[in-house]
Amino acid sequence: MADTVFRFGGEGGEGVISTGELFTTACARSALEIYTFRSYPAEIKGGHAMIQVRVADRNILLSRGDAVDVLVAFNKEAYDRHYQEVRQGGVLVFDNTDFLPEEDQRTIKYPIPFTKIAMEEIGVRLTKNMVALGAISELFGVPQGKFKELIREKFGKKGEAILAKNFQALEAGARYVAQNIKKKEQIRVAPTGRQPKLVLSGNEALSLGAIAAGLKVYAGYPITPASSILEFLAKELPKAGGVVIQTEDEIAALGVVLGASFAGKKAMTATSGPGFSLMVEMLGLAVMAELPAVIVDAQRAGPSTGMPTKMEQADLMMAIHAGHGEAPRVVMGLTSVEDCFYGIIRAFNIAETFQTPVVVLSDQGLAQREASILKPETAEIDILERRKPNADQLANYQRFRMTPDAISPMAVPGMPDGFYAATGIEHTEAGELNYEPANHNKMMAKRAKKLQGVLDLPWIVKTYGAERPEIAVIGWGSGEGVIRETVALAQETGLKVGALHPKILWPFPTKIINDYLANGVRKVIVPELNFSGQFAALLKQHLKRTDIEVISMAKGGGIPWKPGEILEQIKEAAKIHA
Amino acid sequence: MPKIAPAQYKTKVEPVWCPGCGDFGVLNALCNALSAKEVDPKNLVFASGIGCSGRLPPYVKSYGFHTVHGRVLPIATGVKVANPDLTVVAVGGDGDAFAIGGGHIPHMSRRNPTVLYIVMDNGTYGLTKGQASPTGPLGMKTGASPYGTIEPPLNPIAMALGYDISFVARAYSGKNKELEALILRALSHRGFSFIDVISPCITYYNTYKDLPPQLASVPADHDVKDRVKAFELALKTDKIYLGLFYEVERPTFEERIRANVDQAEASGIPRLDEIFLEFA
Repeated sequence: MADTVFRFGGEGGEGVISTGELFTTACARSALEIYTFRSYPAEIKGGHAMIQVRVADRNILLSRGDAVDVLVAFNKEAYDRHYQEVRQGGVLVFDNTDFLPEEDQRTIKYPIPFTKIAMEEIGVRLTKNMVALGAISELFGVPQGKFKELIREKFGKKGEAILAKNFQALEAGARYVAQNIKKKEQIRVAPTGRQPKLVLSGNEALSLGAIAAGLKVYAGYPITPASSILEFLAKELPKAGGVVIQTEDEIAALGVVLGASFAGKKAMTATSGPGFSLMVEMLGLAVMAELPAVIVDAQRAGPSTGMPTKMEQADLMMAIHAGHGEAPRVVMGLTSVEDCFYGIIRAFNIAETFQTPVVVLSDQGLAQREASILKPETAEIDILERRKPNADQLANYQRFRMTPDAISPMAVPGMPDGFYAATGIEHTEAGELNYEPANHNKMMAKRAKKLQGVLDLPWIVKTYGAERPEIAVIGWGSGEGVIRETVALAQETGLKVGALHPKILWPFPTKIINDYLANGVRKVIVPELNFSGQFAALLKQHLKRTDIEVISMAKGGGIPWKPGEILEQIKEAAKIHA
Repeated sequence: MPKIAPAQYKTKVEPVWCPGCGDFGVLNALCNALSAKEVDPKNLVFASGIGCSGRLPPYVKSYGFHTVHGRVLPIATGVKVANPDLTVVAVGGDGDAFAIGGGHIPHMSRRNPTVLYIVMDNGTYGLTKGQASPTGPLGMKTGASPYGTIEPPLNPIAMALGYDISFVARAYSGKNKELEALILRALSHRGFSFIDVISPCITYYNTYKDLPPQLASVPADHDVKDRVKAFELALKTDKIYLGLFYEVERPTFEERIRANVDQAEASGIPRLDEIFLEFA
């Protein structure tokens, strides 16, 4: 069973990331499973860039992995930054035109003069990336033909001459390895012969899911790391009869979304923390006017401008509570690239059927990493629509009419007799402005009550691991994969560990979590990527049993947890427990 | 649709405005113009911002959306792109339009959706009891400017012309026939139309006496396609000109969107399954 973590590091703007992407796609087309993780500077040119690709021939890859098996260092900085993470017996492939590593026996070292070959044999310095790919293909068994196929797709339009240079560089890298390097390890990432899967980034999967869900109006303002949703939809949504508007700011983006939703269309915006901060007043309006809307927050490290190209899960409390007054909304956490596709469809279904804004939390890591997923069977996906008034209801139409589930049939412009004025001012069931405290309490209760129905949906949490765990791990959002992988590792060591992963974060799934913890759980570990332990605090607030110890694993800083780190915490908890 | 009398465009909802408020005149002119244009109420959307004038939507038989302060234009845009068959009218005050919401106006002009924007401009924040607005005169004494304002007013018409809005007009709520005629013409305009309606606040900044002597009609021979001449009229300080300053025909936002979709359709609409294959 092959499971190898490759990491590429070098100067930003010199093609490190695209080299890693070519490698990723070549692996995926060889029917290998892939899982990427990347980090790059906020600047377009310069700074350090890194992409990591975990490649395996087994079915499920859940995290970026622990140690690095193969480090491809294009320069000294990459070596300095990443070498210590290469495992004992791992491999360092490096450009010895640029630097020489220190002598040690810890790793196997393959010096390859990427730059020298590129300059002297090809005559174009930047083809060093292709030299590197050629060397890697020869070293680890990725078919050179897959790279050539991809290079042709990528550079074919630039003409045969450029294509030829790239091919020559690829071949030169491979030839150098064949003639000069003696392979001293067993790492192979050869094709599996299975059916290749789709390779999608989180943002691509999310955008495709939104189209599948029936998105018709998308509005957004460019912001890292959400811009690729805007760009993807700008290209694809018109083909589905939809509209994409790049607005003047994020306030306008959510404004367009609410206007479109009021007029009866499925609408979405995507942003990151700073943009979400701007949208908050509009979010309150959506709650008050009971308008369906999907708002994606691809979280990045904050506060303020923070670290735009680093991941964090620090917008949870904002997503739940942002806004003046009390404005109940639904908050979802996307858990994986695959869940970006299915999760966003569920977000639309909730938005439409419960007539509510749904805040969907993704993050920089999930938004931009690629993973291989099975092609969705679109015919089998449930797509739900909002409740419309029938003729009887229209005869004496009350927009916010009380119903058993507190959801009122919603008229849209164009319907005869459905006249009403949506408003952010408190109103009666008929939609008339009203400042009476009794009415206000009634309508507050309506808006809160209707969302309780979300907690009856069958998919709101996932559990795995031991059926009667003593130690539970509860994370959220993109932490799912690494937690799941860690729980499996912990179970292999004989520990009674289980995990629950909520997909709905608000309304808080209080009952289902308390039921899960009711029998035998002594400790709950909460790994999350924020400084203060936001979910852990929320969990404590809602715990029924006071004898359960909540262990918060919280860190800011922009790098996801590794399986080993969580495993250590589990073992620690088990030790004290014993 | 059988013709609907102006009175039938009015709902039973009693306006909150003070007796004598200029906004009554705007409401009347609107209903007259909607009747003359035979706009079907079920396809009519009134969107508004916050302020006295923002209360207007439920007074007209239509679908209304009373939104948040300063954001009526993006919301109106969303309504229009979602359903281009709707007649979309945005209304609000001068604080809404030129202070908190001023950043949206140039982009409305760039996009040019068929949305009529009526600003009820009274130079004051009536609903918060009379602070100076961006169109209040320099030196205006209010609770928030006890020594007089130290910021000169902006010129909405010159601003609109500067942004190259495709329909720019000014009216006075006290001259109801002229206002009605301008609204009627704007309802036939394809693209974004902007009418700055001087609509006095009888309670906090009563200009009913001072204003009429300053008013003059845009000269009958003014060429509404001449933007430079329109600027000259807008910049005159001796008179406040009323009427249509500028009107130009330009592709609308909804037309350009339609063209994008048509182009996509012409090159063959892929099924979602086919889009997936790009990632295989």
